[in-house]
Amino acid sequence: MNDLLFARSQMAMSLGFHIIFAVIGIGMPALMVIAEWRWLRTGNAVLLDLARRWSRGTSIMFAVGAVSGTVLSFELGLLWPGFMEYAGGIIGMPFSLEGLAFFTEAIFLGIYLFAWDRISPRAHLFAGILVAVSGALSGAFVVCANAWMNGPAGFSVIDGVVTDVQPMVAMFNPAAGVEVVHMTFAAFAATGFAVAGVHAFALLKRTSNKEFHRAALQIALVVGVPAAMLQPISGDWSARVVGRLQPVKLAAMEGHMRTGPAALVIGGWPDTDQLEMRGAIEIPGAISLLMKGDRSASIPGLDAVSPDDRPPVPIVHIAFQTMVACGIVLSLIGIWTIVRALLRRRGRGKPLPDDRWFLRAIITAAPLGFVAIEAGWTVTEVGRQPWIIQGFMRTADAVTPMPGLWISFALFTALYIGLAIAVIFLLRRQIARTVVT
Amino acid sequence: MMSDLVAQGANLEPLTWTLPHAVAGTMVLSLNAYVLLAGADFGGGVWDMFAVGREREEQRAIIEDAIGPIWEANHVWLILVVVLLFTCFPRAFAHLATELHVPITLLLVGIVLRGSAFTFRKYDSHRDAVQLRWGRIFSIASFVTPMLLGLCLGTVASGRVGFGRNRANLTFGERFVEPWLTSPFGWAVALLTLSLFAFLAATYLTVEAEHSSLSRDFRRRALQSQFGFLAAVGVTMWMAQASAPTLHAGLTSGVLAVLMLSATGAAIVVAVFSLATERYRMARFAAAAQATFVLWGWAWSQFPFLIPPDGRIDALAASPAMLKLNLITLAIGTVILLPGFAYLFWIFKRKDVISSPEREQ
Repeated sequence: MNDLLFARSQMAMSLGFHIIFAVIGIGMPALMVIAEWRWLRTGNAVLLDLARRWSRGTSIMFAVGAVSGTVLSFELGLLWPGFMEYAGGIIGMPFSLEGLAFFTEAIFLGIYLFAWDRISPRAHLFAGILVAVSGALSGAFVVCANAWMNGPAGFSVIDGVVTDVQPMVAMFNPAAGVEVVHMTFAAFAATGFAVAGVHAFALLKRTSNKEFHRAALQIALVVGVPAAMLQPISGDWSARVVGRLQPVKLAAMEGHMRTGPAALVIGGWPDTDQLEMRGAIEIPGAISLLMKGDRSASIPGLDAVSPDDRPPVPIVHIAFQTMVACGIVLSLIGIWTIVRALLRRRGRGKPLPDDRWFLRAIITAAPLGFVAIEAGWTVTEVGRQPWIIQGFMRTADAVTPMPGLWISFALFTALYIGLAIAVIFLLRRQIARTVVT
Repeated sequence: MMSDLVAQGANLEPLTWTLPHAVAGTMVLSLNAYVLLAGADFGGGVWDMFAVGREREEQRAIIEDAIGPIWEANHVWLILVVVLLFTCFPRAFAHLATELHVPITLLLVGIVLRGSAFTFRKYDSHRDAVQLRWGRIFSIASFVTPMLLGLCLGTVASGRVGFGRNRANLTFGERFVEPWLTSPFGWAVALLTLSLFAFLAATYLTVEAEHSSLSRDFRRRALQSQFGFLAAVGVTMWMAQASAPTLHAGLTSGVLAVLMLSATGAAIVVAVFSLATERYRMARFAAAAQATFVLWGWAWSQFPFLIPPDGRIDALAASPAMLKLNLITLAIGTVILLPGFAYLFWIFKRKDVISSPEREQ
């Protein structure tokens, strides 16, 4: 591997690591706030216990999210100084706003986690709401900055020099809206289903604390299910925006090799030399129909650009299919959840703790939201290659001149593996305890 | 005498305040908050490492309580400095991240280990060997990270990573290792930073301690680290003469420099006096003033350069539109956030609460 590949791998690993904690940092406050709010309304002590236990688990997730996010903000310069020199002065606004949102989050998280007995319950709940809102906002701001790399706007280039910078136009770039919506839904769906899985597991193991885990499972599903069911709609919107701004990325996602009517390609391996899909199930014209409302509409394929301007198709295609598959499973379970809830209202079906097939399905689905997020980010980032700023700067021109990046890559790999082991170890300790008690 | 006047003239000439200077000033202000707040959190970790005697566990507990709810909010001040640097001075950020790649990477590892190990230790309710290991990592990282921060700032101040030299032809060692590793001035600033953070923490802890014998433990540490700090200042100034002459001139000549030096000296004297006479609240105030004066003295001596000897603040700035928007955003943000910050500290730093801290399960 060369230095560029090590830099890309380190960035991919850092983002892939941070995003798990960032997503939990967006999703968990919503769950805790709902539990606490319901406790205030009903006075049911189980709900307070739930909010407190969730907040304990969240505290380590937040800490790891905060420090791994710090690493990323420095890595932008450590690995991609060419990019930062070019883009820092254009796309700075969302970063500054993210800084403020993160500040709000950190302040009120400190209050939320440690001031249970020091302020009134209402003030405490309000602090939790501020954490939830600022967490979602800081995620949205960072995604705006990423969207700018896919749909750069808000500046002109005259003789190779950036001029006429409009920071707000850059922030609200054409890819921002859809990326923010798609990512925010993803965060709630992934956290909701992952948490649901943990509590479904406890119920399946016939925990003695049935009421606790049942309440937890319900709240987790209330957050996860609507997000998972709305996600296909935002996904469709997203594909349209990608098709407009980055036709080559869309072609790589769908495995659409040659310009012309595009089929819906399921599975298969893209042969990038012959520009053919091998071993795939194809529904002719389906993508053209989805994108343009016409089965014979022509969609640009990979052959629309020279091989130097194409992303690594197999990675993008497989990642995209993985994301879509996970999304479909989660929405199907969402439908199941709603159907069974409606049946229960009419007094039919088993109560939640005894519905063992449903619990098993929830446990199986627990990691899928996170798999979809990792796969989705692979699509976003790898699909943009060889560009770091679509159409303006190549990734190879942005990388640091410092040689020997494998050392830095090895160092951060070791660091992240260590952190991951520590977090898993600590959470297992707590979950093991909750299942028993 | 003549050369002093010239140096003074050089310092005064660019005193036309512009947007970039306002942003740079805001960055120093943010760094100031970071030093006073997060600096003390790092210092707390240092004293966790050196916790000795019969009251060792009690010392560790009070340090943990002091840091627990606020370190994440305190840490954000650094993020703010970095974000302002890369949005308003993108060239400077790209340049520093390239030339100081190695020490910044080590600094990051320190930040990651300090924050996560502290949280893991606090979170993990099992009092066993695993928890001791978190504590060890937390305190070592708290010791090393401030030194790396000081080393980076000191190397920049010494002018060793300016834009002037053509660096492309240098070997790896010459370009990416020597400037910081062999900078005696940088290492002096590293020691200065470490002792200052330790001093701040010990002084704050005299106020937060639950009873007088614990206060006296931290008073002793505060005085020790203050003398360490004074020694580090002496070494730094001596090094500056040879390694960073512009900085030295900025620190020692000119009316403002003299004022700054006397203010710092006064704060040091008051801090030592009030510690000696057990006036802890006054000591805390004086310690914060001392750190503030030192920081602004450094910033002033570097003015008008962001990266001495040739990276001027105004020349490195991004477009005025970006700078203006950033300042407006920060102003609005401050109005919203300062009450929040005050509320956080009010909840956790009130004396009546401190004297009866309840442990999280």
